[in-house]
Amino acid sequence: MIASNQPSVIKVRVKRQDGPGQAAYWQHFDIPYEENLNIISVLQKIAAKPITRDGQRVAPIAWDCGCLEEVCGSCTMLINGRVRQSCSALIDRLLEDSPSGEVVLEPMSKFPVVRDLVVDRARIFQALKKVKAWVEVDGYFDMGPGPKQSRTQQEAAYPLSECMSCGCCLEACPQYAKVEVIREAGESEEAYRQRVEAANSVAFIGPHAINQAVLFNSNPTGQFKKAERLEALTEPGGIQVCGNAQNCVAVCPKHIPLTTSIAQAGRAVTVHAVKKFFE
Amino acid sequence: MAKQRVVVVGGGLSGLSMTMKLCELGIPVDLVSLVPVKRSHSVCAQGGINSCNDATRQLGDSEWKHFDDTVYGGDFLNHQPPVKEMCEWAPKVIDLMDRLGVTFNRTGEGFLDRRRFGGTLYKRTAFAGATTGQQLLYALDEQVRRWEAEGLVRKFEHYDFTSPIVDDNGACRGVVIQNLHSMEFLALPADAVVVASGGPGLVYGRSTMSVMCNGSAASRCFRAGAKYGNAEFIQVHPTAIPGADKLRLMSESARGEGGRVWVPRRSQDTRDPKLIPESERYYFLEERYPAYMNLVPRDIATREIFDICVNEGLSVDADKMCVYLDLTHIPKAELDRKLGGILDIYQKFQGVDPREVPMKIFPAVHYSMGGLWTDYERSSSGGLVVGSPRNHETNIPNLYAIGECDYHYHGANRLGANSLLSCIFTGLMVGPGIENKLKQSKTAAADLPPAVFQQAVAAAKEQHQAVLQRPSSDQNPYQIHQELGDLMTRAATVVRRNDQLKAAIATVEELEQRANVATVVDTGSWTNQNVIFTKALMDMFPLAKAILWGALQRDECRGAHFKPDFSMPSLTSDTREGRLQEAEQWCDRFQANTDKWLKSTIATLVDGQPKLSYEDIDTSSIPPRPRLYGLVGAEEIETVWKRRAAAKSAQVDPMAARAAAAPAVASL
Repeated sequence: MIASNQPSVIKVRVKRQDGPGQAAYWQHFDIPYEENLNIISVLQKIAAKPITRDGQRVAPIAWDCGCLEEVCGSCTMLINGRVRQSCSALIDRLLEDSPSGEVVLEPMSKFPVVRDLVVDRARIFQALKKVKAWVEVDGYFDMGPGPKQSRTQQEAAYPLSECMSCGCCLEACPQYAKVEVIREAGESEEAYRQRVEAANSVAFIGPHAINQAVLFNSNPTGQFKKAERLEALTEPGGIQVCGNAQNCVAVCPKHIPLTTSIAQAGRAVTVHAVKKFFE
Repeated sequence: MAKQRVVVVGGGLSGLSMTMKLCELGIPVDLVSLVPVKRSHSVCAQGGINSCNDATRQLGDSEWKHFDDTVYGGDFLNHQPPVKEMCEWAPKVIDLMDRLGVTFNRTGEGFLDRRRFGGTLYKRTAFAGATTGQQLLYALDEQVRRWEAEGLVRKFEHYDFTSPIVDDNGACRGVVIQNLHSMEFLALPADAVVVASGGPGLVYGRSTMSVMCNGSAASRCFRAGAKYGNAEFIQVHPTAIPGADKLRLMSESARGEGGRVWVPRRSQDTRDPKLIPESERYYFLEERYPAYMNLVPRDIATREIFDICVNEGLSVDADKMCVYLDLTHIPKAELDRKLGGILDIYQKFQGVDPREVPMKIFPAVHYSMGGLWTDYERSSSGGLVVGSPRNHETNIPNLYAIGECDYHYHGANRLGANSLLSCIFTGLMVGPGIENKLKQSKTAAADLPPAVFQQAVAAAKEQHQAVLQRPSSDQNPYQIHQELGDLMTRAATVVRRNDQLKAAIATVEELEQRANVATVVDTGSWTNQNVIFTKALMDMFPLAKAILWGALQRDECRGAHFKPDFSMPSLTSDTREGRLQEAEQWCDRFQANTDKWLKSTIATLVDGQPKLSYEDIDTSSIPPRPRLYGLVGAEEIETVWKRRAAAKSAQVDPMAARAAAAPAVASL
């Protein structure tokens, strides 16, 4: 419940950045305390009245959010140093755990900053393309139901398919390094995107994508393309980059068994390689 | 001729199913979305998706009964041909989603498990835990990614749709979009444009909808001349978790799995709910609706919860209105398997485990039954002519609308688990119609003179600059939005009164004028969320006004639109004879009301003001009948109504009349 020593204001420190490649700086805001606020409500209050603790009127803070109930993955950021969704980060809970009584907001460090707390996470979706995270059906005509599946199969697959591509596992992963490509003056959006994709394509795909490969390799129809996904996992930036730090599973807001998936994928890749050797 | 292309605006269930279907037909798509499509609002759908299935079929269910439940639940305001077509497709839609790898819950034998939802007595609803919308969205997102990898889809994520491009002949030839990071404008030529942008929840400030559900895309089509239908029909979901930033949905599936709604019989009983004995609990839905119990249609459950708190003063808490939604009698393992997702949400945001303690819930704005008006072509069997280019085309040629932002499927009230169906169905079904539309044309929009597109971009830029360069005022867009939301929630949700609606219209006009001069604090040209929000706010007013005017003029009660001054009374006589007599008058009044009001409200925007007209509804398959869930005297009204219906059809077909006059099977 609410601590009895409620503060009169919530002290918020925000790491800001005006645009890609620019220097970051800090600003402080004091928000009148109310019960049951989350980080989103605090940012909304700052947006409505963007005045710093020193009374300076500043541009509103930019941030991403969507569903506000932790299923869309939009609002991921670093809150008091920990990567998580800002919608489910409740101020009362944060204050209990923060001796300084301060709330510190920073953009994720593994993705290029677009502005303030907004980062570019296109690389996450690019990795899903690389591992062919889909079921290759013939088409969308009516062909009757899919293959029967046991309850056990469903209960194994469902948690893996809850991944909302939020990026927490990537922020926490020591092997996942930031890839930033700065847009050149006069460069078209399309040309810039192509350079970004080329740079991303050889960098680590990350735990989330390995987990998706495992999910689709376990699907009765998805497994027909198992070999292609395993090949993708062995390319540059593939599963071999994983250093087994196990940070990913600890920060996943959906408690997806990422390390189990990585272990499974690791074994499957080895078996696949041995088989290929004897082919 | 250049290759013809289609632009799809919105990447939720309907936009994605449309995109993948078009790709299958070989038509390239430009997909425009405010957010990465995987983060679209469809992720928030929880409970499931409906279809008649092998098990219910053997209990007497059929596609026809699904159709009947849908139009009866929608109080007959639904257009019947599209609904009939949808219900016939429903089992096939679920089969397809199963093939695409959706992790539907399974029975012990490995079939898809089903649960019961509101407004039906059959277990029609397939589900994936309590995150069914998320799982369906992901399956479609994956298919679209596959087509993207093959080069048929270009995604424009983090882009705002600012207007359709309408040529001198009034036809749509593309769209103008704005990059939310670089703020640059871009024109996309298109031979058809499909708006699949979802609902306008932000018009109500806080709702169960996501922050991007601001209605701006639909409103910008409305401004461009598209007609808007049934705006006043806004669904208020009975069970949501109140919050400062959002009213989070608590799925109907909680009741589908056995959840019970109650309040202590004694006002503001402060005891621990678990210690309140059964005899002192008021299970008001179960007592008032013995057939449907906790699973009455949403409009009814919402009004009852509202009534219990507002009129009877039985809210659980004194300072905020709420009732208990109780799952604590269900084994935890079962709860985790079927409802884990939503219970986690409750626990995360409320800090209380709903497996142990009854949840506190209250109604919240949830869904828009109304939306952009679109056409359809009726088949001889009363469904749709699949492949007709007319299906889902707005009154602006080449501009289509599907999903929550269309208007015909859900009538005056949507049944739970029918929206995921209508969204995926419209995407799949309309694809071939668009293919035929493109075939009819001998040209491609990309071959039009570049000036057409340059002018559209120039106009959008000019409008944007005008907002940025406004002189400083003391009007704050966020403050105005809050006031708009509070006003709309008070005037146009559960209970509607003409005096309040009139006052609200006047206030909305003032708010709009303030929004038109509100200062944009951030005048920069990089990721300027401030100006994007201000522009979206300005576009909330046409929709807010259409909702208010539609509600004001509709002097009746129908589904979610409830005006106590025009409600149909319950029968009061103590004797059956007396009630039968009252039922005669009741049926006269019902018939008169049907003749007058069983019409779609159609709004067109003229000089920023909605002008309303009324459109007849195709009720050719299922004649309208009184909606009698739990009404006192329902049996007598039904008797009288059936006799009259039989007499009426006797004039047409004597055999059918004899069959209809036979003793009715025990009614619900």
